[in-house]
Amino acid sequence: MSRRPYLREVSRTAWFFKRPRYLRYMAREVTCIFIGIYTVILLVGVYRLSQGRAEYEAFLMALQRPASVVFHVAALAFALYNSFTWFNVAPKALPIQVGEEFLPDSVVAGGHYVVWVALSLFILFWAGVL
Amino acid sequence: MSENRMAIRQVELEVLRYNPETDDEPKFQRYSVPCKNEWCILDALNYLKDNLDPTLSYRWSCHMQVCGSCGMMINGEPKLACKAMVRDYAGVIRIEPLSHFPIERDLVAVADDFMAKLKRVKPYLIPGEKRSLADGEYQQTPEQLARYRKYAMCINCMLCYAACPEYGLTPKFIGPGAISLAHRYNQDSRDGGRDLRQEEIATNEGVWECTFVGACSEVCPKHVDPASALQQVKVASTVDWYLEHFMSWVKK
Amino acid sequence: MAKSNKPIIWGTFAAGGELVSFVTPVLILLTLLAAVGHVPDMLGYDALRGFAAGWFGKLVIFVVLFLSLWSQAHRLRITFYDFGARADTLVAIMVYALAAVGSIATLVFLARL
Repeated sequence: MSRRPYLREVSRTAWFFKRPRYLRYMAREVTCIFIGIYTVILLVGVYRLSQGRAEYEAFLMALQRPASVVFHVAALAFALYNSFTWFNVAPKALPIQVGEEFLPDSVVAGGHYVVWVALSLFILFWAGVL
Repeated sequence: MSENRMAIRQVELEVLRYNPETDDEPKFQRYSVPCKNEWCILDALNYLKDNLDPTLSYRWSCHMQVCGSCGMMINGEPKLACKAMVRDYAGVIRIEPLSHFPIERDLVAVADDFMAKLKRVKPYLIPGEKRSLADGEYQQTPEQLARYRKYAMCINCMLCYAACPEYGLTPKFIGPGAISLAHRYNQDSRDGGRDLRQEEIATNEGVWECTFVGACSEVCPKHVDPASALQQVKVASTVDWYLEHFMSWVKK
Repeated sequence: MAKSNKPIIWGTFAAGGELVSFVTPVLILLTLLAAVGHVPDMLGYDALRGFAAGWFGKLVIFVVLFLSLWSQAHRLRITFYDFGARADTLVAIMVYALAAVGSIATLVFLARL
């Protein structure tokens, strides 16, 4: 009797539809498209700032285009999703051992959330929003 | 459903069948199995084989979540058939061999690839300091044990490989189970073999094929958390890389 | 099998991912306010120009843009692969080249401020 193993093909382009957890993973990965584009917008802002007052104010006006507002709302949603996914798994990469126990994941992740909220509030305060 | 533990319910099983001698491709076969409330899927398969169809092939041994033999896809999720309870499933239960592995026959997956990778990562103690028998045991404190204990729980059941999409897409990836076991020995205070293991796992087809989907940890029946092991290997390998390269510049 | 050189990029991915997770949502909130017509005080020309004129402001802007660019470029490379594009070397060259150009551009713009 000879072996004749059967290999099931994995779809290269549709594999992530097979399980909900794969879709959640892909949602996390595509946040890079939004955060990447947003980084380019920031880069353009720095460029316009370096050019002078009129150019920078034109940049601020350009931000008010409807497409820009829609993009900002979408980018904010994806950036928040990225932050949650990042902080929730942070304890896996850097577990903290105290004696014979490890700090619970909730403590390490919770610490990240505390820093996140504090830093965000500080930046809002610094920027004159609060 | 009755709470009576002895109650019997007819359960429809849809089992993927493949006979390498006669079939060109696998196909599902439907069985109706009278299952008791406290049965696991493995009990249902054993009943099926003993009473309905003796030609069905599948692996099992211990029936108590220790041997790691009965991994299979149950409604698309990698599970140990001895741990998945029939009562937790409604409707038709679909049973397939572990994803991402070739099918030997019916529910038997070909494990050769995993076995070869396991061997490559040297998952055994390589003593850091040589001691003679007269010197006594290699001792370890509870703290030192805690560093790797979670990763020592692996039973080589390969569920993490069936869950890992990156392994499915890139079969040369050494994968979650084997790298976690390498990490288990790297974390052991008695071990001195990390440099040897890094030659295998700090490579492109080692830990760097991992994209931290996290599926391995979600399906692991022994809560080994392979995803955490792989992230820790990445962090340590990155520190290694920066040290090796910057230190060599400093020395020049 | 040779050890991988991916750590050099992964280092920026890990550091950048941490930074982006902490600051990008609130930065988007600030420019979103500007986008709906309520420009935060710090995003006004004089205030921002003043911030970017000092070495500390320049450092903050550079670190945020540099780490954002490299971490998102690295994740984009993986995303291409996950969507089925197998020309990984070509994709890697493209996304890392973009990140490098963006990093150099940031330095040039900051030098003018």
